[in-house]
Amino acid sequence: MSCSRMENKILGYVDGRLKEGERLEMEKHLSTCGVCQLRVNEFRSVHALLDELPMIEPSAAFDLRVQARVAAEPAKQSWWAWFMPSPRVVLAASMLLLGTVWIGRYSRSDPPQIDQADIPVLENYDVISSFEPLTELSQAEPADDADQQSQDM
Amino acid sequence: MLDVKAGDEQSFALLLHRYRSPLVNFLYRMVRNREQAEDLAQEVFLRVYRAREDYVPSAKFTTWLFRIATNLALNSVRDNRYQRMEISLDAPVTADAEDGDEKTLDVAEKQPNIEQHLVEDVQRKMIRHAIEKLPEKQRAAVLLHKYQELDYGEISKILECSESALKSLLFRAYETLRVELAPLVAQRARQ
Repeated sequence: MSCSRMENKILGYVDGRLKEGERLEMEKHLSTCGVCQLRVNEFRSVHALLDELPMIEPSAAFDLRVQARVAAEPAKQSWWAWFMPSPRVVLAASMLLLGTVWIGRYSRSDPPQIDQADIPVLENYDVISSFEPLTELSQAEPADDADQQSQDM
Repeated sequence: MLDVKAGDEQSFALLLHRYRSPLVNFLYRMVRNREQAEDLAQEVFLRVYRAREDYVPSAKFTTWLFRIATNLALNSVRDNRYQRMEISLDAPVTADAEDGDEKTLDVAEKQPNIEQHLVEDVQRKMIRHAIEKLPEKQRAAVLLHKYQELDYGEISKILECSESALKSLLFRAYETLRVELAPLVAQRARQ
């Protein structure tokens, strides 16, 4: 194993996280490579130095602050809760619905029936049908109209 | 977490109790500000609570928890960096308030090994500053690997990279630390 292949395994070797096969391979390399052996020792020292940093304790009020923020969270509502607006909106929506139904009902009613007796033309139909002066009028002749039009042109 | 999902408030309190210290410490070492670390840790727990009903146990709970924490920390570090750029260079220099959090030395105690305490204090500062100087993703990798003792698979999921990329990231971070802490490393080698 070359030193460059060793690099990413040195830390695993130092903290004992290598698999058995990798560890044996590493030890075999270390037995013949002073540079990598030195690097392992230095990484061990760094690893140990990091242990010297003390831990800090969260402040006494930490739990209380978290619990207060959690308590202030709004309760989760189910999906239908979105359709439960305030009473005023419900009242307004109901009024609008009633108004729409009322208008719709009147707009769909049947038109008023007209009594035939109210139509004077129908009342005098018999008179008109047998009115003599109308029968004496000459009938229009389409051929004459066509001749007239050609002369005009 | 499954009990929390089922609506058990007591289980959430247990989660809080179990993970508050690791989370606050991780975030503190990421952002280097205690108050900010606690605020971020609160935000992590709040997000866990909000997402409880959608939680699917496809990964370890710690992976999920630290993924939220890491994302918040990385965003916070980036925001802080921009804020620092806006601070005037004429601002008065003040002592690092955060250094006080970890100080164990109290001269009033008149302990016989004051010199030893001073040496340890200097060493701790060097280590903290060396970690602080790491690029944020390398820093997160080192903290999750060293202090949370998560395995490579978990850390790679948290940092959204492959395991081989994570190993390279950790190697580079340890190389930087080895150089930054060279005097302490040499001192240890002599012991």
